[in-house]
Amino acid sequence: MSSYQELTARQRIPAIFDAGSFEEFLPPSERVASPHLAQLDAPVSFDDGVVVGRGKLDGKLVFGAAQEGGFMGGAVGEVHGAKLVGMLRRAIDENAHAVLLLLESGGVRLHEANAGLIAVSEVMRAMLDVRAAGIPVVAVVGGANGCFGGMGIAARCANTVIMSEEGRLAMSGPEVIETANGVEEFDSRDRALVWRTTGGKHRYLLGDCQVLVADESDAFRQAAIEAIAGLHGGEVRLTLDGLLAEQAMLARRLQDAEGLAEPMEVWGKLGVPEPARVPMLEADAFLEMAASHRATIEKGAR
Amino acid sequence: MDWQLLATRLFPGGHDIVENDNFLSGTAQVDGRPVTVIGTTGHTPIGIEIALAQAQAILGTVQEHPGRPILILVDTQGQRLRHRDEMLGINSYMAHLGKCVDLARREGHAVIGLVYDQALSGGFITSGLIASACYALPQSTIRVMGLPAMARITKVPEERLTELARDNPVFAPGPENYLRMGGLHGIWEDDLAGQLVQALGEARDEDRRMALGRERGGRLLAQPVAEAVRAGGHVRAT
Repeated sequence: MSSYQELTARQRIPAIFDAGSFEEFLPPSERVASPHLAQLDAPVSFDDGVVVGRGKLDGKLVFGAAQEGGFMGGAVGEVHGAKLVGMLRRAIDENAHAVLLLLESGGVRLHEANAGLIAVSEVMRAMLDVRAAGIPVVAVVGGANGCFGGMGIAARCANTVIMSEEGRLAMSGPEVIETANGVEEFDSRDRALVWRTTGGKHRYLLGDCQVLVADESDAFRQAAIEAIAGLHGGEVRLTLDGLLAEQAMLARRLQDAEGLAEPMEVWGKLGVPEPARVPMLEADAFLEMAASHRATIEKGAR
Repeated sequence: MDWQLLATRLFPGGHDIVENDNFLSGTAQVDGRPVTVIGTTGHTPIGIEIALAQAQAILGTVQEHPGRPILILVDTQGQRLRHRDEMLGINSYMAHLGKCVDLARREGHAVIGLVYDQALSGGFITSGLIASACYALPQSTIRVMGLPAMARITKVPEERLTELARDNPVFAPGPENYLRMGGLHGIWEDDLAGQLVQALGEARDEDRRMALGRERGGRLLAQPVAEAVRAGGHVRAT
């Protein structure tokens, strides 16, 4: 058993895809680094913090990417974003069985701010193009840096989000909120609160993450295989019915959480019998407990 | 610019847009046909309620008025920075809004974004930036975040960022730089109504922003990199 969280992007690829099957596009030997970092005396990386390519997953042709949290927090700049977009467009050209995104990102790379912002929106549109072509997109969030900012939005443009409890999925990080509105608003040093607010169990209970696994690369691999197989039985494109169902789910969440300020209260409202125990439960015990208390979309594609 | 003055200039044929807690919605007449208008005003931060209200208006248009164009008026200081919004998954509300815009585009609705005052990062990415095309008024402000905050996070001195922001479109705020980068299709001056009619006529589903960024010299690598990945080629050879 190996922790997924502790792996680098380049270690995650062979841990998730079939051994030896992954072919990287524009590998580091091509020396395509960000053109904007040097002027800020910031280091560059010859893969610009993302591995993109195609491989086999359980024998099927799956296109994929892994963001490297160790390089600028996995943040998206001009080249990083363009590699993702190119891979997504090629997945359509080659009629991929699925696209698997191993996300770990702080969002827009501030060192190349405007280019990063536009790039993230291009990634989102390209992901939805892949879905429009009938190809499922699955996002995995289990890295130490979490998945924030624009990539936190992009993750929810996938058909399925797979997380570990340790993964974090949100938009603005706790430090950003604390800086803007004070420590009373969000104490970024209260790690338990940070995980209750953005961690995998909370996202799973709310219905923003569809699969929760233990922090083991085998578990992520198996979950990805099963999620893709499940998606092939249904509609992966955006549909009016699917979005109306999502609208209803998100509206219901606002109603249910009226006046609640703490994630534990939200879990209680969902019917979780002992909310205080949730952070203590192992993944399997948590899933068993959560089965009847999750907020989910009743019908339609996500 | 005040949204009411903007609406008068955009819609000489009339409109019934109303403001409700900084959320704008209604219908306007453009070149003799109805257009759904949604948006925000007062530089309001986009929280989960406004994102959901905008999504609702778009879904309603797709349901009840197939093919009707949609105009998104953008004025926001960015996403709302609150614990409650994060707890309830603001990224999901933003993604939902973006998906609704995307669905509308694919169902044949021209969706145009117009930054008429401010557009900052999170509030912009699932509105104007996911539309068929996005435009701005010349006096508008577009940026990811202010230079002081950027300096704090990147640990690059603010003076250095200020210097770079003078002529480097990657850092500098403002519509001209987003135009050069391909993030904006154009900047509207003078005849706003006429430019809206033209934009609706030219709206296409394809995402051409990388090509625009390259043509205009603001974003030189994005398109060659994406194409090299797609075609299995090399960037240096192009």
